[in-house]
Amino acid sequence: MATTATTWCGQSVERVEDAALLTGRGRYIDDLGVKPGTLHAAILRSQHAHARIAAIRTDAATQVPGVAAVLTGRDVTALSASLVVGVKAPIECWPIAVDRVRYVGEPVAIVVATDRYLAEDALDLIDVDYEPLPAVVDPNDALDPARPVLHDGLGSNIASERSFRYGDPERAFAEAAKRVSVTIRYPRNSGTPIETYGLIAEYDPGEDAYDVLSNFMGPFSLHAVMARALKVSGNRLRLRTPPDSGGSFGVKQGLFPYIVLMSLAARVAGKPVKWIEDRLEHLSASVSATNRVTTLDAAVDADGRVRALAWDQVEDVGAHIRAPEPATLYRMHGNLTGAYDIRHVSVRNRVVLTNKTPTGLNRGFGGPQVYYALERLMQRVAIELDLDPIDVFRRNLVPSGAFPYRAACGALLDSGDYMRTLETALTDGGFAELRARQAKARAEGRLYGIGCAAAVEPSVSNMGYITAALTPAERRKAGPKNGAQATATVALDPLGAVTVHVASVPQGQGHRTVLSQVVADALGLKFSDVRVVTELDTGRDAWSIASGNYSSRFAAAVGGAAHLAANKIKGKLAKTAAAQLNVSPDDVEFVGGKIRARGNPDNALPFSRVAATSHWSPGLVPEENQALRETVFWTPPQLTPPSDDDEVNSSLCYGFIFDFCGVEIDRVTGAVRIDKYVTMHDCGRILHPGMVAGQVTGGFTQALGAALYEEYAYGPDGSFLTGTFADYLVPTPMEIPEPLILHVETPSPFTPLGTKGVGEGNCMSTPVCIANAAADALGVAAIDLPLTPAKLAAHIHAAEPAPRSRPTVAAAPIKGRALRGSGEAHADASPDAVWRMLLDPKTLEALIPGCHGVEKLSDTHFRAEVTLGVGPVTGRYKADITLSDLDPPNAVTLTGIVTGALGDGRGSGRIRLVPDGAGTRLTYEYDAAIGGKVASIAGRLLDGAAKIVIRQFFTALARHTGGGGKSGFFARLFGGRA
Amino acid sequence: MPRLNATQRHRVRLTVNGRQVEADAEPRMLLTDFLRHELGLTGTHVGCEHGVCGACTIDIDGVPARACLTLAVQADGGTIRTVESLAPEPGRLSILQQAFRRHHALQCGFCTAGILMSLDCYLRDRPEPTEAELREFLGGHLCRCTGYTPILKAALEAATMLHKKRPEEQLHA
Repeated sequence: MATTATTWCGQSVERVEDAALLTGRGRYIDDLGVKPGTLHAAILRSQHAHARIAAIRTDAATQVPGVAAVLTGRDVTALSASLVVGVKAPIECWPIAVDRVRYVGEPVAIVVATDRYLAEDALDLIDVDYEPLPAVVDPNDALDPARPVLHDGLGSNIASERSFRYGDPERAFAEAAKRVSVTIRYPRNSGTPIETYGLIAEYDPGEDAYDVLSNFMGPFSLHAVMARALKVSGNRLRLRTPPDSGGSFGVKQGLFPYIVLMSLAARVAGKPVKWIEDRLEHLSASVSATNRVTTLDAAVDADGRVRALAWDQVEDVGAHIRAPEPATLYRMHGNLTGAYDIRHVSVRNRVVLTNKTPTGLNRGFGGPQVYYALERLMQRVAIELDLDPIDVFRRNLVPSGAFPYRAACGALLDSGDYMRTLETALTDGGFAELRARQAKARAEGRLYGIGCAAAVEPSVSNMGYITAALTPAERRKAGPKNGAQATATVALDPLGAVTVHVASVPQGQGHRTVLSQVVADALGLKFSDVRVVTELDTGRDAWSIASGNYSSRFAAAVGGAAHLAANKIKGKLAKTAAAQLNVSPDDVEFVGGKIRARGNPDNALPFSRVAATSHWSPGLVPEENQALRETVFWTPPQLTPPSDDDEVNSSLCYGFIFDFCGVEIDRVTGAVRIDKYVTMHDCGRILHPGMVAGQVTGGFTQALGAALYEEYAYGPDGSFLTGTFADYLVPTPMEIPEPLILHVETPSPFTPLGTKGVGEGNCMSTPVCIANAAADALGVAAIDLPLTPAKLAAHIHAAEPAPRSRPTVAAAPIKGRALRGSGEAHADASPDAVWRMLLDPKTLEALIPGCHGVEKLSDTHFRAEVTLGVGPVTGRYKADITLSDLDPPNAVTLTGIVTGALGDGRGSGRIRLVPDGAGTRLTYEYDAAIGGKVASIAGRLLDGAAKIVIRQFFTALARHTGGGGKSGFFARLFGGRA
Repeated sequence: MPRLNATQRHRVRLTVNGRQVEADAEPRMLLTDFLRHELGLTGTHVGCEHGVCGACTIDIDGVPARACLTLAVQADGGTIRTVESLAPEPGRLSILQQAFRRHHALQCGFCTAGILMSLDCYLRDRPEPTEAELREFLGGHLCRCTGYTPILKAALEAATMLHKKRPEEQLHA
């Protein structure tokens, strides 16, 4: 390009990352070669949400040729220490189950073998005896002292409880004209990157040191947690990252317990160990956003001015309080008043443990949960006071000119003009036209709603915010935590080329491109002249606990640090050049690849020549001007520790978002159609508009998924029900409208480039904006995500009539994935003859599909081994069958418990035998429930599969006696074969 | 297809990106693992191994197919194209790849190979797709980064450019 002055920042240049990624030359963790002899790990996981482990037998697995090691909880506890937990509670957090499993998917054993297929084979040979315990699934149940306790040391399922008070909330509520309240149950969901976790771990016994290459994304505060768990000093745990990573959205933070596990596996096996997570493992057991039950009250004046908020949050972190939790709850603490000028706040925070996957970082991190409650509340304020929702925003937003604004809970809102931004969004986004559209749709009898949401989007987390979970006294004892060290290194090589190193650990956000722009601007170079290295090596590179790719810190913190490092090297080069150009350093400028005298472009030196000077002729350069490599660490002074009054500036920058949308809900199906979506952002200065658009559109799409489709679903017994992308539904191009993206730019005064984060905002604003629109369309006050057609249809239609008849045989309440059915068959034998067959093990063996043998333990107790296939999973199960309520030869109840590596099930059925001419008519009805892996990945197919298997049994029975079965739908579907 | 012994490795011979290749595979080995770890073609990615996400999509005998739902031995004797075949030469990108870069139609790039291969097949059969048709077709792919909007724009623009270029450069999207 030109040799004249250019500002690269602000341009949507093509990304330097893309050529490799588009041609299949990416270097993701599973693309990198491994040392010869590297072994592969597979993990046996719990199929129970809660159970005691009575015994684990690994002998058979260990003896498989090619298996190098099998590890269980016992090996892990012998070689390591518990992961540190972030609250003051007597609980341990191991990366593998120790004597007890607490969620479906929890690691129980690791097999290390010469290849992955073999390792998975060996998993099938590990025999675990579980003693199932009742599970706690709902966070409100976790508050109930009568429920089972997950961690005995804690005495209850409440891991942390704190109350906070800012201003005088009691008085504000006492004096308020109106109290408005919402109760929210925010569901579990996740960013589900398309690349799963992966790592290669190696142990050097000579130095007692671990070396791990993984797609972990930070925060590198967890490096300390991992090193402590491995019982080595920090310099003996070398973490490295590959050049490319296939998305994270926070989720790859949750890799860290596996780094500990596989490091130990490598140590035991004596070889490097590689592990790539599969999709079922990822969905069931990687990391989830927290689900939360929130009650939020507002004290409101008659004109809609909100005087006080009262928060009550019950945060469900799953089965362990795993670092950095309870950070999800505290990340938003300073800005719990959102974009509003509200001076009085009370907060009650409880963190509870349930039998679900432990939670962790996820795009939006605490924002979706907080803003869903806050912005639902603001809509309710407008409705209950009969005000225009827009007027409620106008009355409550932080006023123009008030910035930097110290919010009641401690956030220092750095910059913005919320009022002007709101008005611009309404005008440029066509709000008036949207209202006209709504009026027209409603006149036609359609269900059309408009929703709005305002949010401040925090970025660059204060490393001290999490200590708000501790009391001031506990904080004083532990020492203050604060800041957010960002680092960047700019290096010059002997040919005068510029290389930048950062510890930002991107997963596709284009950091290399943007840093090229930033540094090229500082040094007057072409952006293509600058190369950026983003793979991190904690043994070699500059980093801090704040390093990593989270809290939208890249543009604000890392970009700023690179700018400062480039300017530091520029200052030194300017002095060297000034001496050669015979001008003062202040009169030196860097333009178009040249260093020249200001006002005299002919008096110039090539940048590369000056830049190489400290390599070739260091003797000519005074020591203070030596310019080879400059590393800058930058931490903003505004990020102070929480005060003794619990005020905490939880983030450095606060962008502003105002969204509105129009949605239509199908009167018949309850499906939501987004008619129009407008999202207005003030994220400070924009460095690369194309990437900002990508962050907004991508965040919007994930948020739309969270709003309409996505939920990590659990059965009442803690069975995990969404183990494939066919069950955990993420949006496809068919579901995604193109949002109208608007921008206002008020630079942050606190960051070197005036930038703020932008990647997470829509995950905070969009779910509630859509929910507000749906609530408006339906005229309902309470509405929870995801807004599935079934859920909304229930609001549209009257309740469904109860089913005609139900089997009455179920003794115990049915849990997990529930199946019910009934049918009948005809046998050409008398009831007496059929009765004898049903009680005879040899006949049963012939009749039960996939049966490998029936063992008769007593007249009414049988044990069998069967092979069953459900959709993609075929497995061998042990069946334990008892007969009860015997009424020979008229009726019998069969109760069965089936267990196997792929899942478990229990159910019962009543069979009735009625004389039918010379033969017998058999009728049956059953209730069953399935858990484990089968429920996670083949749930959609279970009902049909169960019907087929049962049908096969009775058809075989009929055939055995010369009769035939008939059962409506399935008989038609499968003809004579069923 | 002959009955194969489950415990033995079998020679698999096929044409990949225009070259004859062969390697051994157990009958149960997935084609994704075979391409990536036996042949070193790591451009084809594994996102779910359930056939849902589409990241592993390749061209098998002219048809876009999920490599994760295909066994290596099934591909014996077949003709396969992967993302590594799309660029006309090292250092140059195809029209479709250029459009993706121009529109920022990728971020992490992990799903991209599958999307490119699907589009490469689709645009050959359907040179002038509407946006609605493209949306529906790309409904077989999951991308968690981009929100799809830039992918659709890139695909539409590439379709237009490729259509103008025909018939000279017919087969290279």
